[in-house]
Amino acid sequence: MILKAFEKGADGVMVVGCLEGDCHYLSGNLRARARVGRVADVLDMIGMGGERVTMYNLSAGEGNKFALFATEMVDKIRSLGPSPVNVARKSRQKAPGHE
Amino acid sequence: MIMGEQKPLDVLLGMLAPYDKIVLAGCHGCVTVCRAGGAKEVEILASSLRLARETEGRPLEIKEVTLERQCDPEYLEPMRPYLEDYQAVLSIACGAGIQFVAEKFTSTVVLPGLDTTFIGVTEKQGLWVERCQACGNCVLHLTGGICPVARCSKSLFNGPCGGTTTDGRCEVDKEIPCGWMMIIERLRSLNQLENYRQNLPMKSWKTSRDGGPRRIAREDLME
Amino acid sequence: MKTASRLERVFDEGHFAVTTECGPPRGSDPEVIRKKGELLRGSVDAINVTDNQTSVVRMASIAACVMLKEMGLEPIVQMVTRDRNRISLQSDILGAAGLGLNAILCLSGDHQTFGDDPEAKNVFDIDSIQLIELIKMMRDEGKFPSGKEIEGPPKLFIGAACNPFAEPFEIRPIRLAKKVDAGVQFIQTQCIYNLDRFEKFMDEVRKLGLHEQVKILAGVTPLKSAGMAKFMKKNVAGMDIPDDVIKRMADTPKEEQSAKGIEICVESIERLRKVEGIAGAHIMAIEWEKMVPVIADKAGLLPRPDISDASA
Repeated sequence: MILKAFEKGADGVMVVGCLEGDCHYLSGNLRARARVGRVADVLDMIGMGGERVTMYNLSAGEGNKFALFATEMVDKIRSLGPSPVNVARKSRQKAPGHE
Repeated sequence: MIMGEQKPLDVLLGMLAPYDKIVLAGCHGCVTVCRAGGAKEVEILASSLRLARETEGRPLEIKEVTLERQCDPEYLEPMRPYLEDYQAVLSIACGAGIQFVAEKFTSTVVLPGLDTTFIGVTEKQGLWVERCQACGNCVLHLTGGICPVARCSKSLFNGPCGGTTTDGRCEVDKEIPCGWMMIIERLRSLNQLENYRQNLPMKSWKTSRDGGPRRIAREDLME
Repeated sequence: MKTASRLERVFDEGHFAVTTECGPPRGSDPEVIRKKGELLRGSVDAINVTDNQTSVVRMASIAACVMLKEMGLEPIVQMVTRDRNRISLQSDILGAAGLGLNAILCLSGDHQTFGDDPEAKNVFDIDSIQLIELIKMMRDEGKFPSGKEIEGPPKLFIGAACNPFAEPFEIRPIRLAKKVDAGVQFIQTQCIYNLDRFEKFMDEVRKLGLHEQVKILAGVTPLKSAGMAKFMKKNVAGMDIPDDVIKRMADTPKEEQSAKGIEICVESIERLRKVEGIAGAHIMAIEWEKMVPVIADKAGLLPRPDISDASA
């Protein structure tokens, strides 16, 4: 799902889960973290940069923290620039038939 | 079941370099259980490959399919109508399945996306361990249900060797429990320790792969 | 059936036997083995030549044994089942016997992951106990396992190894019994530092009556340094070096540690000699062969008996 988001043109993906030890589904947040880690490895491997996906943990009542994390994420992605996929796509649009 | 692991992404990209349009075929059988080649893995791998190729500026079109099994001809036939529209099939089934696809569709390039490793069990979610070497001549009744061929690193029939560590591990790798120590413990708990005292004779490897590729022919089941 | 093995004669005549081992060269230069042989002349009854020990490629044991034999020394071929299938093993057994080698030590062999070629296919067609049975059948029945006759059965004195210290401890005497059942005639043990534990092992061995059916040589290896002792304790599977031994080494000033190692080794031999059922000592001083005559001398094992070649 995370990878599909990147395929659809996302420059970054933020995954949010409950505080560790506080998961309604017991260990769902831990498994999610492991999966996010795997996706990050794939992104590193293909040169997209694993930092484009990040997981944050907070509880439903921490609205301020969410805003903080979101801003942090947006700033990070801005500094990383558009994803290589988007760059490649743009350049193909600019020069059609340039395959 | 048969276990395997996907080849690393960079290796797969290397294999796929000459192609722009492929089929990625998974299998609902064994490789789904060991999370290497099932429908989910097909999805994830397809996304990864597409992203990688797009960043290179050479998009890769992938038809994602997961077959019931790749080792029975009936389940492969449905692929025939569309295969000629693609340049290659990347299969993440086990080696038997990958070969069968190649056999049934002789003019299609078939690539192995999986390294098939062993016959084993799920010790717990995420941990799969070898149990059987398919030697064709099972002796589990003599060794308390634990296989000396598969679980002893040296396939000794009169083990253990002198290398068992103090915590009962194999000298080769501490992740491997000493096969013979396990056998002895099991025989003990089954009150069959006298089995151990008997020397087991040389094994016939004729029924294993050493005797040549094997077959089972059941006339009564053939048409 | 009696073989021409000097070691067998030494046992038969009731002497306390002394053997040692050396590694062949990592190359084809015979001088390496000849030099080692010369260092050992006169201090032992027979010399084992290892077979690609720890899976590290060395000159073939049989080849190096022939070089020692040509010098008038008595070699013991070591044969592991890791690298050769039963066809090749039978062939080498006939070759060894044909070249006039008289004794053979049967081993499974260290796994190839320990050596320089971990990618090699391992064989392990048969194990060490089946190898003992095989040689015995070839020698005493004059037949191959297939049942066909052997033209000139190999007359070999059959030995094997034993590690009293590997887990599971209580099983080791039983495994020795299995080897005796298979037809083994002499046993060399892994090097002993924990003499108390070894004596317990021998209690069990005697209870099974094994000491009367097989000649057991107690293995000893002199420690060169406290560092060596610690390394072996930590890294070698199936090795038991008690803390007080390490302390004895460590409490000795560095430049005197090797002498202390020799002293401990000699003491061990003297104590082991008194254990009922011990028929000899197997002194392993790999790459320190020059110490073997020193140890043998200090332990009162010299001169070696003169075994006259009364019969052909």
